[in-house]
Amino acid sequence: MTDIGVLDRPVTRTATSAADRKRRTGRQRRLRRWAWGLPLWLLAVLFLAPFAWMLSTSLKRNVDAYVVPMQWIPDPAQWSNYLTVLVGENSLLPAFGNSIFVAAFRVAGELITATMAGYAFARLKFRGRDKVFLIYLATAIIPSQLLLVPRFVYFQQLGLYDSLWALILPGMFTVLGTFLMRQFFVSQPAEFAEAARMDGAGEWQIFSRVYLPLATPVMAALGILAFVWSWNDYETPLVLISDPANYTLPLSLTNFTDEQGAISPGLAMAASTVSIIPVLIVFLLLQRRFIQAMTHTGIK
Amino acid sequence: MTATTVAHEVSVAKPGRQRRADVSQPKGWVGWMFIAPNLIGVVAFTLIPLISVVALSMSKWNLVSGLGGIRFVGLDNFAGVLTDPGFWNATLRTVIYAGLSVPLTVLLGLGLAMALNRDIPGRAALRVIFFLPYVVTVVAIGMIWLMLMNPSAGLVNQALRGLGLEQVPGWFASSHWGLPALIVIAIWSGVGYTATIYLSALQDAPTHLYEAAAMDGAGAWTRFRTITWPSVLPTTVFLLVTLFIGASQGFGLIALITAGGPGDATTVVSYYMYQNGFQFYRFGYAAAIGMVTFVGVLILTLLTWRAQRGRSLHD
Repeated sequence: MTDIGVLDRPVTRTATSAADRKRRTGRQRRLRRWAWGLPLWLLAVLFLAPFAWMLSTSLKRNVDAYVVPMQWIPDPAQWSNYLTVLVGENSLLPAFGNSIFVAAFRVAGELITATMAGYAFARLKFRGRDKVFLIYLATAIIPSQLLLVPRFVYFQQLGLYDSLWALILPGMFTVLGTFLMRQFFVSQPAEFAEAARMDGAGEWQIFSRVYLPLATPVMAALGILAFVWSWNDYETPLVLISDPANYTLPLSLTNFTDEQGAISPGLAMAASTVSIIPVLIVFLLLQRRFIQAMTHTGIK
Repeated sequence: MTATTVAHEVSVAKPGRQRRADVSQPKGWVGWMFIAPNLIGVVAFTLIPLISVVALSMSKWNLVSGLGGIRFVGLDNFAGVLTDPGFWNATLRTVIYAGLSVPLTVLLGLGLAMALNRDIPGRAALRVIFFLPYVVTVVAIGMIWLMLMNPSAGLVNQALRGLGLEQVPGWFASSHWGLPALIVIAIWSGVGYTATIYLSALQDAPTHLYEAAAMDGAGAWTRFRTITWPSVLPTTVFLLVTLFIGASQGFGLIALITAGGPGDATTVVSYYMYQNGFQFYRFGYAAAIGMVTFVGVLILTLLTWRAQRGRSLHD
C-alpha cells in the first residue's frame, strides 16, 4: 500500500534472456525503444490536442475562434479574456471561492470520519461491527446518481436545497473513504495496540499516537481523490443548486456557453483553463500518490 | 515525529510482558464511538435517501403539492416505466452507448498499458498525459469537444477534410452522429484511467511464466492469450462492471452538450431520469426509472461476474 514506487519499477518483462540482452548493442536497443516510443508519443500529441486547442482559443477573439484553417498561435493574443472571466460580468471568482469552501469541508470531513471509522472496522472488535460493515458494503455499489432524486426531495425538506451544505454534507461521510482507510489499517500489525494497551494507553491515544501517524500517506491519497471529486462534480450542483451566487466552478463555466456552444469561445476556454489549473497543480505535484489511490480504491 | 517514537517504544516494550486476555480488546462501546461520526452521516445522507428512493418510486408527488400531497400508488410507476416507449428507446441508446464505449475504453486501455509497460523513452510523462483528461471536469471537456466537433469549422472536421473526406459527420448537430460523438469523448477521457489500472495489474503479472514461455518459443500472441489475458482478467471484469455502471448512470456530459438532442437522439436512460425528475418534476417516476436501470445493471454485473469465474490465473 505504501509502496508508491511500484509503477516506476523498471520493466523486466520483455521476453528476452539475459544473454540475449547482453548481445544487443546500445544502438539497437535505442532503436527498439523508439520503435514503440515514437507511435506512443504521436498518440500522446493527438491526446493533448484538445487541451492545446483550449489554451489557444482562450487567447482568441470570438471572431477568430472558428477561422479556417485553425491558427494555433493566436495573433494578436487576447490576454484580456482572462481578465474578463476573472473580474468581468460573469466573474469566476465567487464560484472559485465556493468551490474552495466546498472542497475544504469535504476533504477535511471525509478524512476525519473515514479514518476513524476505517480504523474501528479494521482494528477494534465490537458487537454488531460486521453487520454494519455489511451494510456499508451493500451501499458502496449504489451510484450517486440514483440518490439525486431522493436527496433533492430530502434537502428541500431540510431547507438545505440551494445551499453549499447540500454539496458538502454527503461528501463528508463516505463509504468509499472508509473502505480505503480500513484496507490500510487491516494491513497494520495488531501488536502495536496490544502492547500500548498493556502500557495503559487509552484507545484514543492508541489510534492518534500509534496508528494515525502510519496512515498519513494513505490519508494524503484519499485527500487528493476527495479534492478532485469535489472540484469536478457537475451533476450534484446541477440538481441541488439554483442561485448563481451558490454556483461552484463547473456550474459557473456554463455561463460562457449555451447548447450550441455559441456564446463566447474565447471566454469559455479562458474560464475552463482557469478552473482546471488548481486540479492540474494538485495532480502534477502528487500524481504518483493520486494514481496509487486510484488503483487501490479500485482493486486489491 | 513524537508519535512514531511512541509506536516504536511500544512495540519494543511488548515481548517482556505477559499477555492478558482482558487487555487485548477495549470495551464494546469504544468501537461504536469511532464509527459514530461516519455512521451518522452515512445514515443521514446516504441510507435515508436510499430508503426514500424506494418509497418515492411507489408514490406520485410533485414539488408544488408539498410533502402533504404525496400519494401512494403502489407499483404504478414501475408499470408506467416498463410500458413507456420513451424509456425503452432511451435504454436502447444506453445499450449502444455503453456497449460500444465501455469495451473499447477497456480494450484500448489494455493495449495502451501493454505499450506503456515496455522500455520506452519518457514513460512517466506519457502516463501522465494519457491520464490527464480523467482529472478535468466534465464541463470543460464538454465545452472543448463541442467546439472541436463543430460541423462546419471545428478542428475535427477540418482534419477530416484535410484527409480527403468530403462528407464530414455533423456530430452533435446530427441525429446519427450524436451518440458516436459521445462515444469518442468517453473513450478519450477514460482510456488513460483504464490503462493506469491495467498497468498496475501488468506489473503483478508472473514474470517467470513469460520467461518460461519465451524459452518454449511461444509467440507474442500465444503469450498474450495464455499469460497476460488470464492474469489481468479480474481487472478487466472490475473495469467493465464499474465503467458500465458509470456509463449507465452519468448524464453530465449529455446535459451539458446536447440536452438529449437533437430531438431525442442522445437521450440515454440516465438523462431520461434527469429530465423526468428535474425538468418535469415527476419525482416518483424518475425514482422508478433510476431503480429499474440500477437493477438492470446489477443483473448484468452478476452475469459478467459469473461468466468469468474460474478463468482467472489467480483463482
